Amino acid sequence: MVTVAPHRVRPRRGVELGLLVLALALAVGAYALVGLNVTGELPGNIAGYGAGMAVLGLVLHVVLRLRAPYADPVILPATIALNGIGLAMIYRIDLAYAARDNVTAFATRQLAWTALGVLLASVVLVVLRDHRTLRRYTYTAMVVGLVLVVLPLVPGLGTTINGARIWVRLGGMSLQPAEFAKIALAVFFAGYLVTHRETLTLAGPRIGGLHLPRVRDLGPILVVWACSLAVLVFERDLGTSLLFFGLFVAMLYLATERTSWIALGMLLFGGGALLAAQVFPHVDARFDAWLHAFDDDVFNQSPGGSGQLVRGLYGMANGGLFGTGWGQGRPDLVPFAESDFIVASLGEELGLTGLLALLVTYLVLAERGMRTAIGVRDGFGKLLAGGVAFVVAFQCFVVVGGVTRLIPLTGLTMPFLAYGGSSLLANWVIVALILRISDSARRPAPAAPGRPGSDRPDPGHGPGPGPGDGYGRDPGHPGTDHQDTEILTGLKEARG
Amino acid sequence: MSELAITLLRLGYLVLLWVFVLSAIGVLRRDLYGTRIVPRRRGARGGDATRAGAPAGDTRRDAAPSRLVVTEGPLTGTTLPLTSSAILIGRAPSCTLVLDDDYSSSRHARLYPEGGQWFVEDLGSTNGTFLGQARVDRPTPVAPGASVRVGKSVLELQR
Repeated sequence: MVTVAPHRVRPRRGVELGLLVLALALAVGAYALVGLNVTGELPGNIAGYGAGMAVLGLVLHVVLRLRAPYADPVILPATIALNGIGLAMIYRIDLAYAARDNVTAFATRQLAWTALGVLLASVVLVVLRDHRTLRRYTYTAMVVGLVLVVLPLVPGLGTTINGARIWVRLGGMSLQPAEFAKIALAVFFAGYLVTHRETLTLAGPRIGGLHLPRVRDLGPILVVWACSLAVLVFERDLGTSLLFFGLFVAMLYLATERTSWIALGMLLFGGGALLAAQVFPHVDARFDAWLHAFDDDVFNQSPGGSGQLVRGLYGMANGGLFGTGWGQGRPDLVPFAESDFIVASLGEELGLTGLLALLVTYLVLAERGMRTAIGVRDGFGKLLAGGVAFVVAFQCFVVVGGVTRLIPLTGLTMPFLAYGGSSLLANWVIVALILRISDSARRPAPAAPGRPGSDRPDPGHGPGPGPGDGYGRDPGHPGTDHQDTEILTGLKEARG
Repeated sequence: MSELAITLLRLGYLVLLWVFVLSAIGVLRRDLYGTRIVPRRRGARGGDATRAGAPAGDTRRDAAPSRLVVTEGPLTGTTLPLTSSAILIGRAPSCTLVLDDDYSSSRHARLYPEGGQWFVEDLGSTNGTFLGQARVDRPTPVAPGASVRVGKSVLELQR
């Protein structure tokens, strides 16, 4: 005998502001500590930097108050905290390089990219009033995604940096179009799968307990998948191809709830990896560096050796449980300490304790995305939120797994922490999308015309948690897709 | 700066980091633990679930029903507050009321409000939905207190 009461959803923008203050304290505190510990005094531009970060956070906060009042309150502070800590570490590595007469301005550029990212996220939140609009652009998104993936192969436009041809040079700056392609492809997969979910789930032969889909249902998806993989083989970027493949499998699983997809995906990926290791020497070198990292000749091999990986491991070992403290370690000894190996840099200076806190922040971020996917009422929003949340989580897994030698090292970026404009912009767009979808997931359904609030059992509460003035909106598709998962989860527990 | 100050700042920063993470989790606590479920004790009203809502209903005869009660079947005693949204009943996990019942279809029936009244609609189930003794073959209004049978479960709207 139980009563299941869905809890009242409140906008909780005040809570967000409180968490935002904490996040800003983390960002500015890290920046100040870096200056204090490296040069012995506070950085000269600390006031300007602090004000800048605060303005960026507050701009998004105000945009949320105006445009998405029911958006999740934790996502924005978590993102700002990660971005700010990443900036502080990049500044710290700038200082270390400068001490070795190698003047870099990564931090300044990253700050500019952060500002641009926040601006882009605000634009997405203001322009995109309802995420379901994106569904109209399903096939446009497919084309855009594929073009973005192919772009670096265009002669004259694409450039090869460090062996991977994934950059596009545009007026002095280089961009990684693949970072944006992942958003376009997530939109395409969501739009396509939501229309074809039924046939993918139900039709098809059953072989040995595995329910396989029909080949013709897979047409467009296989095309996208084969194209992106083939192109990425030519662009020689393991990480991005792994990311696309993972996104593809995860969204199929989200749409169909069939474990056979996971099994099929793992099988295909395992086969592909083995084949790639046979055919491509650079993939084989990655495997070698992973399995035999501490062999002398593998360590010293100049391109593709395990030197970077092992130095990163020693850096983290030097950090220990509580880290050396901001500015007290030597993260600059690891090549690409500001981008690919920023996790090792943070592990050295913040220790296991700090690194775990950062990982939990990512966990919270991904969990909010998945929770949004559960809560939102339309299938497209579910798949899109689930897909982009998966992208963030998967990137973390691949990067941290690579740096800690759990899996072979691949060239993905840690969202928000690592140095890199394209990655930062793309991830801010992802955050804006999750915020937008979470707004419609948490927004209370408008009161039914047939059930005025006065009929509620306790009249003291008035019309209940109806939407405030000005937020009234069409209830979406109140058909069979409409469901109240709060009650659903409650019931499952009640039955247990 | 002294060694002590550096150490204190270093540990202080880690504490701040975890304060942030834990307060973020604190905000989500309610959401993580899910819906509030209040166990209800028998005896106060004296009757079983079928009659539990009756006294209140008598006093406000023309009021709209406020909850859906399961009166027979494995989920007996479970109540769902009626809101503005439709209630999907069936075995599929995506339903609002998930029945663990071999005789119900995955998406069996739907209850929805329209024009101040609640209607029941069969969604092409194998074993049918019954309102009282009559099989539901088109959207049919459900009066409070009338029993809706889905598989082995019986549901009732109560005020």
